Order: sequence, then C-alpha cells, then structure tokens
Amino acid sequence: MSRHLLSISDLGADRIEAILDLSEKFAEVGQRKIPRVPALRGKTVAWLFYEDSTRTRLSFETAAKRLSADTMNFSVSTSSVNKGESLRDTVETIDAMGIDAIVVRHGCAGVPHQVGGWIDASVINAGDGWHEHPTQALLDLYTARTRLGDLAGKKVTIVGDIRHSRVARSNVLGFSAVGASVTLVAPGPLLPPSLEGWPVSVSHDLDATLADTDICYLLRMQQERQKRALVPSLREFRATYGIDARRADLLGDDALIMHPGPMNRGVEIDGDVADRPNAVITEQVANGVAVRMAVLFLLLGSGLDQLDDQMAAA
Amino acid sequence: MADRERRMAVPAGVFRARTRVMDAADVSRAIRRMAHEILERNHGLGSVMLIGLQTGGVHLAHSIGTDLEAIEGGRVPVGSLDVALHRDDIGLRPVLPQAVTDIPVDLDDRVVVLVDDVLFTGRTVRAALDALHTWGRPRAVQLAVMVDRGHRELPIRPDFVGKNLPTRKDEMVDVGPDGVDLGDVS
Repeated sequence: MSRHLLSISDLGADRIEAILDLSEKFAEVGQRKIPRVPALRGKTVAWLFYEDSTRTRLSFETAAKRLSADTMNFSVSTSSVNKGESLRDTVETIDAMGIDAIVVRHGCAGVPHQVGGWIDASVINAGDGWHEHPTQALLDLYTARTRLGDLAGKKVTIVGDIRHSRVARSNVLGFSAVGASVTLVAPGPLLPPSLEGWPVSVSHDLDATLADTDICYLLRMQQERQKRALVPSLREFRATYGIDARRADLLGDDALIMHPGPMNRGVEIDGDVADRPNAVITEQVANGVAVRMAVLFLLLGSGLDQLDDQMAAA
Repeated sequence: MADRERRMAVPAGVFRARTRVMDAADVSRAIRRMAHEILERNHGLGSVMLIGLQTGGVHLAHSIGTDLEAIEGGRVPVGSLDVALHRDDIGLRPVLPQAVTDIPVDLDDRVVVLVDDVLFTGRTVRAALDALHTWGRPRAVQLAVMVDRGHRELPIRPDFVGKNLPTRKDEMVDVGPDGVDLGDVS
C-alpha cells in the first residue's frame, strides 16, 4: 500500500484480508457508549466531491470523526470552482491549508491518481468516473465475510449496469483477489466494450445463474451516465434483469443480496426484496464506517508498515 | 506476553532471559494474595469486575478471577481491553486485530480492577483509563500488576502488586504462566 488508496489492485489478497481484520477492531468502537477514539487526533481530512454522494461522504465523515480527526468540508457547488478555478489550483489551495488526507470523487477516471501526484497528503479514491470505488469494494467484502465466513470459492453474481459501474470494477477485482469466482449478468450494451483481462465469466441467463450463487450483487441503473438508450425500456430491463420476489426465491436461503445504493426500487430490485432478511444493504452502510476508519487509520495513523507488521505477526 | 514486550521495544529484538525472578508457584501465590487483597479492599466481591489489558494482562485477569470465585464464592465478570487506539505513541507499534476488547457487563457504578502483567512507564494504564471512559463510568478504578518495575513517566501507582522488581530501563521483564524472567533484548 502506498500512502494513497486509488485502486483495489494496489492491495492484493493479503493486504485486503489484513484491512478486513483491522476493520473488526473499528466496528467494536461503534459499539461503545462514546464511539470515539483519539487515534487520529490532530490530523485533518478534506473532502473533494465533484459528484453527488450521500452514503460515501457521510460514511467517511463519520469514520473520520470517530477517529477524532478534523474534517474540512468543501462543496464544489458553492466554491470557486464556479469562478473557473482549475482542479489543480483547487487541490493545491486545499493542500496549502495543511491537510493529511483528501478524499476525492470525480466524474473522470484517473483524477485521484492525478491529484496524488500534485500533493503530499494521502489521497483516497471515493469513486472516479467508471473506473473504481475501492472503499466500497472493501466494505462489500467485509459485509460478505461477516455473513458467510471465508470467501474463497464463493460464487458472486453481479447483475445490471456494469458498463458504467466503478463499483463493479472494484468488486470484480476485490472478490476475485480473495478467491471468489465472479459472474457478470447484463444485456450486451451494459457490459464494458471489452472484458479482456477481467477474471470473470459472463452470462445472459439470470435465472440459471441465481440458482448457483452465494452473493447476488445488484447495481444501480446509472441513467445519468447513459448518453444514449442502451436498453429498450426500464420495464423491459426489469423483466429480464431485475430481482423480483420470484427471482429472489431462486437464491439459496443463505445467499446474500447486496446493493451499493442508492437503490432504484422497482427497477433493478423490487421493494419487498430489498427488505428481506438476506438483503444486507443497510448492513453494508453500517460496515462502511468501520472499513473507512480502518483505511483512514492505516493511511494516517499507524503508518504504512502496519499492514506488513500485522501480516508478519499473524 | 513476551511477544508484546518485544514489540513494544523500539527497536524490536529478541528477548533473552537472564534471571528467573519468580517461578510458577511464586506466580500463583502472588495471584492468590492479590485476590485476597482485592477482596479486603472492596469488602468482598460486591460490584468488582476485572479487566485484563491486552495482551499480557488478560490471562492474569482470568487467573485472579478464578481465585476470587474460589475464595468468596459467586461470580466475578472478567473482560479484556485493547488500548492501542488510545495510546500516545500510536504509529510506533502495530494495532493487532486479534487483541479484542470484550466488556461483558455495563461499567456504570462498578469497581473496575485493571490487570496487567508489567507496570513500567504508566502510559498503557493512562490509555486504559481513557478507553474505559468510552464504555461507561465506573465508580472506582483500581490497578493490579504482577510486576512493578519502576521508571514511571506519569503519576500512576498500582493498588495490588505481585512483585516490586528494580530494573534498568533497558532491561526487559517477561511474565508468563510458568514464571517471571528478567532479561535483555538484543
């Protein structure tokens, strides 16, 4: 792990497992009467969100506060970006205030990587275009591991708008790194133009795939990113690729239904399916705080050698 | 135990025992005496609970707990506490996922006896007092240690001591179930 977290592929299986182990410690902090530890006292974390967000931003904010870090809020819509300030000038201005980490979300792939080259602070990718969303994948792995135990050999089916989904990219890398096998199910236009080098198989028969699935991972239809009509209609998409009660019944009793949120109830997932006991969507949100605490702590608190020490001690 | 001491040393090294200070029988006698002292001080078990500090104090807390129950009858809750996230030297040592915090009962209005193997600078106990507050508000906090080796850097003193052991600052004390050794790290 460098001082940044830009992609799941920077980590590798051992470090992913080590982060998940450490996340359990931070989940424990959430159980206390006063859920706050002084681990990152005196550190400052800034948010740079060029795209909308509810859970990622609130989750990082909660994580930073539980670690006693100071947070610097920055809202692009009310900032000098509106006066034409460039990304680089904006980043360097924030950096000049003295920050230790910056959490970046941007509509263009590669922006967090670029930002990492400009400043000394740690950069955490909170979603860059269609590229990656590494902390989402980590919290999904953590949630799945908490429910199912060791993920090696588990079967993961990712359904829906994979083409536009950074969550899908990070999760394909994450789940396959820990030894799970990943199947993508989507209509052709919603698959990436090329899957060369992806450790996945592809199916167009959702019903057959669901019968042999441990984790059914649904993605939001990202209509804001679909520049032209890629599916005939949402109703047809729902009929072919949405999870309704009948399809949810095809899953085994222990199989999980996951969704990164925000959900389009009635499109990729039916309302009552999202509320079933094996749908762990709110658990994903709760776990996100613990996992992001672990990530912030590793980048800012214990130094970067922590993970390697931890693996050596294990 | 020795592991923890080793990791705490900066720079880390390998512990080499030089002198056996207490053997297994000495350790169990000291534990029994401390159990009696805890009962004497608190007029019985009352609302006493034991919390062992990860990792060296946990085993000891369970041993004291067993003796307390044997002497007095009744049950005494025993928990564990990892203070890693409350330390003032965070970053110098790894945070261990296997060092779990387990507080089995509500701390409010309890007498908490913190238990550790070695009392040295007092910084671990300072961090433990800080951590306890996030779990609740005990009526009183007392401190039991197997070895007090001196060299305090904070105004902290133990209530119950297995053995006072004068040491050099660069020496190392290793407390295990089979005895206590004084040695060096190289």
